[in-house]
Amino acid sequence: MTSSDKPVMIEFRDVHKYYGDYHALRGINATIKAGEFFSLLGPSGCGKTTLLRTIAGFEGISSGVVLVDGKDMANVPANKRPTNMVFQSYAIFPHLTVEQNVGFGLRRDPRSKEEKMRAVGQALEMVGLAGYGKRSAHALSGGQRQRVALARALILKPKVLLLDEPLSALDKKIREQMQLELIKLQREVGITFVLVTHDQEEALVMSDRIAVMFEGNIAQLDDPETLYRLPKTRQVANFIGTMNFLPAEILSEAGGRAEVQAPGLGRLTVDIEKQISSAPGTGQTTIGFRPETATLLFDGQAATDRESMGTVSEVVYYGDMTYYDVTLDDCDAPIRMSMRNVFGRPVLDIGTRCRVGWSPGAMVMFR
Amino acid sequence: MSEPQGRGFWRSEAATGLYLISPTALFAILLLAAPLATTLLYSVFTDGYLEIIPRFQLCNYIGECASLKLDAATGEYVQDQTYLGAWSDPVVMTLMWRSLYVSIFVTAATVIFAYPVAYFVSFNVEPSKKSLWLFLITIPFWTSYVIRVFMWNVMISRTGVINSTLMSLGIIDEPLRMAFTIQAMVVTLAHAYAPFAILPIYVALEKIDRSLLEAGQDLGETRFTTFLRVTLPLSMSGVIAAVLIVFIPTIGDYITPNLIGGGKIPMIANMIEVQMLQADNRALGSAVAVSAMLVVGAVSLLFLFLNRRYLKGNK
Ligand SMILES: Nc1ncnc2c1ncn2[C@@H]1O[C@H](COP(=O)(O)OP(=O)(O)OP(=O)(O)O)[C@@H](O)[C@H]1O
Ligand SMILES: [Mg+2]
Repeated sequence: MTSSDKPVMIEFRDVHKYYGDYHALRGINATIKAGEFFSLLGPSGCGKTTLLRTIAGFEGISSGVVLVDGKDMANVPANKRPTNMVFQSYAIFPHLTVEQNVGFGLRRDPRSKEEKMRAVGQALEMVGLAGYGKRSAHALSGGQRQRVALARALILKPKVLLLDEPLSALDKKIREQMQLELIKLQREVGITFVLVTHDQEEALVMSDRIAVMFEGNIAQLDDPETLYRLPKTRQVANFIGTMNFLPAEILSEAGGRAEVQAPGLGRLTVDIEKQISSAPGTGQTTIGFRPETATLLFDGQAATDRESMGTVSEVVYYGDMTYYDVTLDDCDAPIRMSMRNVFGRPVLDIGTRCRVGWSPGAMVMFR
Repeated sequence: MSEPQGRGFWRSEAATGLYLISPTALFAILLLAAPLATTLLYSVFTDGYLEIIPRFQLCNYIGECASLKLDAATGEYVQDQTYLGAWSDPVVMTLMWRSLYVSIFVTAATVIFAYPVAYFVSFNVEPSKKSLWLFLITIPFWTSYVIRVFMWNVMISRTGVINSTLMSLGIIDEPLRMAFTIQAMVVTLAHAYAPFAILPIYVALEKIDRSLLEAGQDLGETRFTTFLRVTLPLSMSGVIAAVLIVFIPTIGDYITPNLIGGGKIPMIANMIEVQMLQADNRALGSAVAVSAMLVVGAVSLLFLFLNRRYLKGNK
């Protein structure tokens, strides 16, 4: 998914930021490529907004370097940076019409008034608000305000568009629709998008690459698939989707493969080639797998790979899916698995003995 | 909403509303509407000796009028002195103009001085210290207005603080003439009304979403041009309120011309006082008062009309 040949648009070099005593950014190193849809994902208070604002120029940094398009931004004020922002509250000017809002940044533009009006019309059309130009800005719905904010930023053709949780104020339906529209828009205009979100699903759906942040650090920076398939830490694994963790003992390790013994699963081989941070040596470790990579085996079904016995300890029915918690024999903690409901197949009761099919290929090892 | 059961109006929500406002409404009628109606009536009645005679006439406003006097022999009213109606009397007109421009100066001075103060408190003072600042701004109200005006007299009189300081420093040889001038009146009034102007402007500035200012800069404006294009228009509702709050009372101010002006530069309120009390012409006094009210009303409405685009409700 990533294209490593694209030029670098934004670069952070060991960026630190203190608010008084509070260390909000703790040595950020990352590059964002031109034309990329990049997301900053993390729990509340981890520093996503702060990092975004250092790009926009609203927040100074305590040490380090922020480069945008190859230029050090240290002494460049916000109004001179090649970036534009879509604010979380949208920051639509309430005293202006939709048209005046969208055209706000064109004051110094040397084009004639008619050309500017045409540009405003085009920008409104692009975000699906053609014909709304004369409306007063406060007579707009949340979704419409968001589109105005987008048009107002995009009309200036910035090199980077910064979006701080732009969808969090919208309800679920409109949010999903706007996600798709944003992706489409980004492909059309080809501008680098940097999106802040605390919604992992949104980040996975929209981004080319995602930086997962915890407490002022980037814990992992990868494309969505790698992030989901091969999380580097348990914290990342837990933040993105759910993962089952089991204690395991490393028996031997060679050639990017580790032989481990795990209660409930037995002896298995884990491919740790791509898991850089988990080069473990020997001893105790943790292995994990996603709920959908394990499956309950019903009468007569054969396991595709390996199977273990267990007892159903919890059932949560979701309509199209059922979530089972199963306690494997010889294992204390239950594992969770999600099963698609198939017509004619019963939903198991708590306490039922069952067979669980799983695959060593889906296993991830953590230190 | 369910209709309250039975007995129509007296149980309705509208009635509840009326009950709730009735004490205030009574208060307003007794203390505001009644005197106003009386003034209006007096202004079209005829002036008598120590009384007002309910005979309708418009000459208190325009043209020439005659006071009446009861003839003890016949029991009839006979003509006494004649006088000019408010709008025909050049003295009244002079005072009206003076009041108008003094209060326009005062309003401009007050608002121009108040805006930076309000801006500073709203944008540059730490949130936890804001109420302290507002409290400090209201301290001048702790002393009576008359005393504050006297204080200014102490400052600016011939032998006052400013003159004696400047003279002892050798900067001037002759005392500056500051007391009894219109400038002194403007300064005094502007000082007195400053808190009234600061507070509404402060409230308007506080309501501005700070991300709008960042948006302004993000869209290429400097801090100053962002102020002109975003902050100022969004705080205009406060500026308009400040203008009206200062303008309306200053045009009718009566103490300052007496104390600072030393009675040498009377304004329209002093004229009303003279007619009402000293000259015993309540009819003309009322007509002058109503005229002043009309002028204030007209100027205020014109001002509101010119600024109407800032008053559309913005959320
Ligand atoms: N102006 C400030 N002064 C002091 N501390 C601040 C300031 N702004 C942010 N912080 C602190 O820095 C940390 C990171 O804040 P930031 O706004 O970047 O979080 P975030 O990741 O965007 O969270 P959220 O998802 O809740 O928006 C927080 O702990 C916050 O309390
Ligand atoms: Mg944030």
